[in-house]
Amino acid sequence: MKKNIKISYFPGCTLKTTAKNFERSAVKAGGLIGIEMVELSKWNCCGVVTSLTSDDLMKHVAPIRNFVRAEEMKDQGLVNDSRMLILCSMCFNTMKRSNKRVRENAEDLKSINDFMYLEKDYNGSVGVVHYLELMAEIGFDNIAGKIKKQLKGLKIAPYYGCMLLRPKDIGIDDAEAPHIIEDFIGSVGAESVGWDAKSRCCGSYHTVNNKDIVVNLAKGIIENARLHGAEALITSCPLCAFNLDNRQKLIMEKDPNFRPMPVFYFTQLLALALGLGEEDIGLEGNFIDTKPLLKEKNLI
Amino acid sequence: MSKKIKLTDKGVEFLKKVQELSGEIITLCEQCGTCTGGCPYVDQMDITPSQIMRKTMLGQTDVLDSQTMWICASCFTCTVRCPRMLDVSKVSEALRQVKLREAVDKINIDGISDEDAKELPSIAVVSAFRKFTG
Repeated sequence: MKKNIKISYFPGCTLKTTAKNFERSAVKAGGLIGIEMVELSKWNCCGVVTSLTSDDLMKHVAPIRNFVRAEEMKDQGLVNDSRMLILCSMCFNTMKRSNKRVRENAEDLKSINDFMYLEKDYNGSVGVVHYLELMAEIGFDNIAGKIKKQLKGLKIAPYYGCMLLRPKDIGIDDAEAPHIIEDFIGSVGAESVGWDAKSRCCGSYHTVNNKDIVVNLAKGIIENARLHGAEALITSCPLCAFNLDNRQKLIMEKDPNFRPMPVFYFTQLLALALGLGEEDIGLEGNFIDTKPLLKEKNLI
Repeated sequence: MSKKIKLTDKGVEFLKKVQELSGEIITLCEQCGTCTGGCPYVDQMDITPSQIMRKTMLGQTDVLDSQTMWICASCFTCTVRCPRMLDVSKVSEALRQVKLREAVDKINIDGISDEDAKELPSIAVVSAFRKFTG
């Protein structure tokens, strides 16, 4: 039998606060499909959005410090995979971009290492991998073989958002025609719908001070999913989840005819299909009640 | 009779600054409009992404008075589609930075309701403050 992947895991702030159900379902499900997640010690916030100007190297210090932690874990033999596993799409994008920048630019890496003179130097030896990519490596066929409960009849809109796909050198799949989430949906026995808005931005951080933008975009995305027959959306981003799930409250206030749609983290469906219990799936953390749909399909 | 567009000294300096900050050679933009066509935020903007490229190219500093760069949320749709391989999201960020480095903040912490303060994911708050404060 193939050895488990034992890999360092960077949670990021939101998986410890509003997206605890994302983390728990991923960790528990991971244990059943051969992914052992070992949380980094003393990790810090990655900064969420990568700095896009050429002159502020300072904003890459926070991500890089986390890679120092990952190298330490490797040195201590706590992991058997040299990469860092990330779940949150925003953290994934930001960490991978900073890593790429210093791996390709020795001068930048030296500046950051000099600045963090109390830390060990980062040597650039840590890769970044998303949970979905790791599942693809294990093989969606193999995962399908471990499923206890086929999610038959559940029609899902795979929502990628921005940060899993763009820019191209960071994305985990084709920027315009991705299929990795569809592959996942197939592996748990559910059905994915083809639709137009799978990589359309949800409004992102405008949810803090310009909610109208988010309400308009989120409504458009959910209505497009429904138009194509979806009964629920799945995502890998806690900010998309908030905008698409919690902000439905504002959409309903604005439009009384709007029909709410459940939004899941993809790992919640994985946990459900693997036969994990409700405390591991964490459905109480989703804003729009997901239980009527799952009961209708005889899944809970 | 031919007419020539001549940039002012201030305009040349502005273009240079934005090119340095963004790392993008903005003058390569051929105004095809692909960035504008794919932008999910364009209906919320006062001028289009193509227009911020054009105005910057011409050294027109009043591009900084537009709301477009603040509406752009770095979704990178334009980034992956530009046939000239330009990254308009970096130009937006550079324009934001020109303003933010004058110590102008675009977000008011008191404007966040108590309900939102409790419910917003930390990544929303951190990213908004990264994008809207200097």
